[in-house]
Amino acid sequence: MPSKYHIHTEPAPPRVRPVGKLGIVEWREDCSSCHNCVKRACVYGFYRDEADRLRDETGYLDYIYQCKGCLNCVQDCTKGILTRVVNPEFERLGDEHYTPDIILSTWYQAETGRIPVSGAGYGGPFSGSGFDAMWTDMSEIVRPTRDGIHGREYISSSVDLGRKLAHLAFDDGRMTVEPPPLIESPLPVMFDVIPQRFHRGKVTSSIAKAAARMGLYSVIRNEEIPAGMAVDQNNIVPYLNGDRRGGSILSAAMVMIPDGEDVHRVRSRLKEENADRLVAIRLPADPKCVRRVLELTDAGAEVLHLVFDSHGRERGAQKPRHMRDVLREVHTALVKSGNRDLVTLSASGGIALAEHMAKAIVCGADLVAIDIPLVLALECRFCGECGRDGICPIALEDVDPRYAMRRVTNLVAAWHQQMVELLGAMGIREVRRLRGETGRCMFFDDLERETFGRLFGKRKQ
Amino acid sequence: MSTSESTIPPATRQSAEEFIERPDHAEVSREVRPAPPRYRNEIGKFSVYRSSDCIACGRCVETCPHGVHVRPDGYRPMMRPFEYRCIGPDCAETDNYCIDRCPQGALSLTENPAFKTIGDCRWTADLLAATWWMAETGHAPGPHLQSEIGASGGGFDKLRIRFPASPPAGLRREDVSTELLLNRRNDARPKLKIDVPWYGGGMSFGSTSTNVLLGRARAAKAWNTLTCTGEGGYLDRLIPYKDYVITQVATGLFGVREETIQRTPVVEFKYAQGAKPGLGGHLLADKNTPPVAAMREAVVGTSLFSPFPFHSIYSVEDHKKHLDWIAHVNPRALLSAKVSTPVDVDMVAVGSFYAGAHIVHLDGSYGGTGAAPNIAKKNIAMPIEYAINRVHQFLVDEGIRDQITVIASGGIRTPADMVKAIALGADGVVVGTGELVAVGCIRCGNCESGRGCARGITTTDPGLMPMTSIDWATQRLVNLYNAWREMFVELLYRMGLDSPTALRGRTDLLTHLDYETND
Repeated sequence: MPSKYHIHTEPAPPRVRPVGKLGIVEWREDCSSCHNCVKRACVYGFYRDEADRLRDETGYLDYIYQCKGCLNCVQDCTKGILTRVVNPEFERLGDEHYTPDIILSTWYQAETGRIPVSGAGYGGPFSGSGFDAMWTDMSEIVRPTRDGIHGREYISSSVDLGRKLAHLAFDDGRMTVEPPPLIESPLPVMFDVIPQRFHRGKVTSSIAKAAARMGLYSVIRNEEIPAGMAVDQNNIVPYLNGDRRGGSILSAAMVMIPDGEDVHRVRSRLKEENADRLVAIRLPADPKCVRRVLELTDAGAEVLHLVFDSHGRERGAQKPRHMRDVLREVHTALVKSGNRDLVTLSASGGIALAEHMAKAIVCGADLVAIDIPLVLALECRFCGECGRDGICPIALEDVDPRYAMRRVTNLVAAWHQQMVELLGAMGIREVRRLRGETGRCMFFDDLERETFGRLFGKRKQ
Repeated sequence: MSTSESTIPPATRQSAEEFIERPDHAEVSREVRPAPPRYRNEIGKFSVYRSSDCIACGRCVETCPHGVHVRPDGYRPMMRPFEYRCIGPDCAETDNYCIDRCPQGALSLTENPAFKTIGDCRWTADLLAATWWMAETGHAPGPHLQSEIGASGGGFDKLRIRFPASPPAGLRREDVSTELLLNRRNDARPKLKIDVPWYGGGMSFGSTSTNVLLGRARAAKAWNTLTCTGEGGYLDRLIPYKDYVITQVATGLFGVREETIQRTPVVEFKYAQGAKPGLGGHLLADKNTPPVAAMREAVVGTSLFSPFPFHSIYSVEDHKKHLDWIAHVNPRALLSAKVSTPVDVDMVAVGSFYAGAHIVHLDGSYGGTGAAPNIAKKNIAMPIEYAINRVHQFLVDEGIRDQITVIASGGIRTPADMVKAIALGADGVVVGTGELVAVGCIRCGNCESGRGCARGITTTDPGLMPMTSIDWATQRLVNLYNAWREMFVELLYRMGLDSPTALRGRTDLLTHLDYETND
């Protein structure tokens, strides 16, 4: 039996006080110090834990992180002096894209390596913008394996990077074409260049090592590759700015170069130097990118990496479209040109959740690249202090490399599991077959038009 | 007590043992009786505070018709205000505004800070509080609580009912029927009818407290409707209510036996569940207590995963064989296929019909669950609002609409939702979360972890289960059903219709706020 892709996880509890969502406060005076205090009756025992932690100086003190919000104490207090509040610090976390709930969920995954599971039905909005206006399909009877929960490990999440020929050619039994180089990533995820402001302590090297340990690739600016890190042993994709050759990048399985006027010349010189090394071209996902992708593919590009803004939107457009629409357009154009398999399409910017990864692939990407979630996994609060040269409230610069690797590994393991859940529900056995499968997906606009449009006419703009 | 309450005694607490020893308890009436909240401080929208300036003159007791202020018989001091009964600042426009009437100025009214932290887009704090009110009193709450829609920004929450300017002359509220026929096939099986257009969804032994399950079964009996075992097996204590309990056959086949199939009026095949379509059921290890493990014939303390899908079914033909098997084991049972809402939900419904199902039960993607991956709850399969009309229309086009009962679930919270679902093309609905809210659920979402629900609803922990008694749960649900029926009848009456059958597929009576035709 072939070995299955498995990511080993280990719990990595927070090293600094996390910001929790709910808390109980005493909002009225009048405690009668009665002998049946509700605090003692907490089902989750968190008041007790809090008292213990107060004595234990190394622990974090914030009971707000622990409260599960069952309201038992609020509703049973003899004098009714307790109330529940949403932590204002929680509400300030992140921004409109990396919402407080996404950040909390990322922390949970990085801590436990598990899929977030909860009871009760979905409580969020009916739909939203971008990826939130898509639902993936399910199948009532088709299943990638018939082994129920135990067959999940047979679902393949690996993808190939590089050109894939439409067909082989033979002459007298001998192959007359030479298949181009391919590299395999066991998950449709790369680690993208981490924004400069997070380059603190061992952050970047730990993230890259975590990637390598899982068999994933991480893109690092050539000049920022940590000293002593072997490019080939650590699956590093050097991002070259300018015409560089030789040195450590010789051994890389893939390098990345920016799009530009002389991109063909740079690319061909890199290929001359080592034909087996993939050259990925990084280009902004702007309104012209469809044409550019087709041109570059025609010119022999192997891997194209589309960079969206940090919220997953098109760059340089007056009315920027979401990655969802741009990827669908690019993918469709490539399919129509007959060249889809000749190029690997990667997308980055705003991939914040495992579901974004799956949905970007449904829309046409082969894989995605992530950056901010990796830093969030290290407990980052997205407060922006680092951008203002302020003091990092979680002292990211002091993070222990082994701890950082564990957190990043846990997060990716949780994403992997979630990807498998979605594929399993769809009855799809490998993620390669998910690419561009918009037929196994439902878009809000289509469902509205086909259902309510038929009944109520035109939807208001 | 407050002057507004009737003289009928409230539902009492009762232990499980008392219940078994008194078989007459299987008799249960649909009479509305007050079922006050089981917590001292029920969460309401407003907070009324009485300061120490109070001289206990009792004017507030005389003033408030809502029962906020209470002075127990024989006592001089007032009780702490029953804040959750307060209707808020709207009261200032009446003569009953205690804040102004208090001679000492000792009373103040604010919003309740805890109220803002409960609920979510689908079940807003208002909807939760409205449902609690219905469960306590058996009637709709006042206009200070939004009791019809949530705030999800789509689907039912954007659909509105179009009422004629005046209901047709001659229609009386008491003429409006709420009966629902479940068997539309021309076969020898019973023409089963239930008295209300809804029945209870599957909740398994293991996921939900026995007291709540029994309360649901008793309310179903009182209202001549149904409830469902879920996939965790058939509790012996449900046998007195067997004519009102659906036996569910799910992929794990936990506790499915010949006798449980034979005693039921309806057998439900759970192909999929809306909250986690394409994934099997999942009972986390902590909730697998010895009685649960015994019922499921499993090892105590292990996580129990149901496989997905049925391992004996690869095609519609296999599905037909499956139904045939049950049909022979119980020649009087109706057959229901519970499916989720994939892209081809319409084909799935037709397939169920040809396989012999009497009921196709569509469970939309925003439905309830005891435990599901968040990614599945949010992202997989389509919301029920789309699925109902697609299936209805397809069955009409195929010419088989009148031979199968279409039941919708997965986000039906209020009678207004029921009306919208039926107008879109369903015959009736299945409810689940609404019932749990009636017995005190606040949708904190922690049903699955540790010992289960900290509020004693979805737990099998012996220490937590007694928080909800059988009698109390029964009465809360009986009251809820009464309130729902009253509200449902009122809506039908205002629409000028005399039954859910007359409403089915009447999309002309709906409008959608996001469409131009709504202007």
